[in-house]
Amino acid sequence: MAEVFQSARRFFAGRYDSLNEIREFIAEAAQAAELDPQGIYAMQLAVDEACCNIIDHAYGGEDRGVIDCQVDVRSDGLLVTLIDHGRSFDPDKVPPPPIGKPLKAVKPRGVGLYLIKKMVDKLEYRSSSGEGNVMRLFKRKR
Amino acid sequence: MEIKHSQFKRCDLVRISGRLDSATAPILEEKLEAITESGRFRLVLDLNGVDFISSKGWWVLINTQKKCKRFNRGEVLLVNVQPHIRDSLELVGMGKYFKIYDDVASAVGSF
Repeated sequence: MAEVFQSARRFFAGRYDSLNEIREFIAEAAQAAELDPQGIYAMQLAVDEACCNIIDHAYGGEDRGVIDCQVDVRSDGLLVTLIDHGRSFDPDKVPPPPIGKPLKAVKPRGVGLYLIKKMVDKLEYRSSSGEGNVMRLFKRKR
Repeated sequence: MEIKHSQFKRCDLVRISGRLDSATAPILEEKLEAITESGRFRLVLDLNGVDFISSKGWWVLINTQKKCKRFNRGEVLLVNVQPHIRDSLELVGMGKYFKIYDDVASAVGSF
């Protein structure tokens, strides 16, 4: 079991203006977790995409709810937990992105989740009425 | 985000700096729309000062590319794409929709 060196939790308004602040919060934790520059960018991108999905799909727009963000700096990497209280989704039912399609046929659906899956080493999602929608993203230290 | 637009005889150069995410993508979209709506479809986008692009940002670039390539009237070329940004673009298979140049002169000269 990995040791947790440091944890922090912040609540952000569910709006696009919060994204830069969220990425800075993640970068600080990622540096503390000693991720390399590629790992830091990957985690920032994954969390940004996840937060956009929360705003766009879980809450259905800006200013409709809060994004609860917890970071755990662990001996083996960085764990980020995002909680929202909007609409849940089934990650397995999101269609794959339009990889390989001709330009005029490409559509944005599914790219965010695909990027998240590719950027992190472990992704978990669960939803319950008491807890809300919980997404856990883990990036291993190289 | 900062956007600087220069118009040349054969193409338009748009220098972008800052972050391209859900908060700023609409600003770039509006600028690029103004250029294409003026009937100019040969665009060079210099991303030298861009340190972050999310999928929302890529969609602005892809939609502009679709518009420019229609009827073979032009194309969007990218210049100075930071390696970590390029990696994420390749990862989702969207790298093939753009020609990427290392310097502005080569991209502008290709039109």
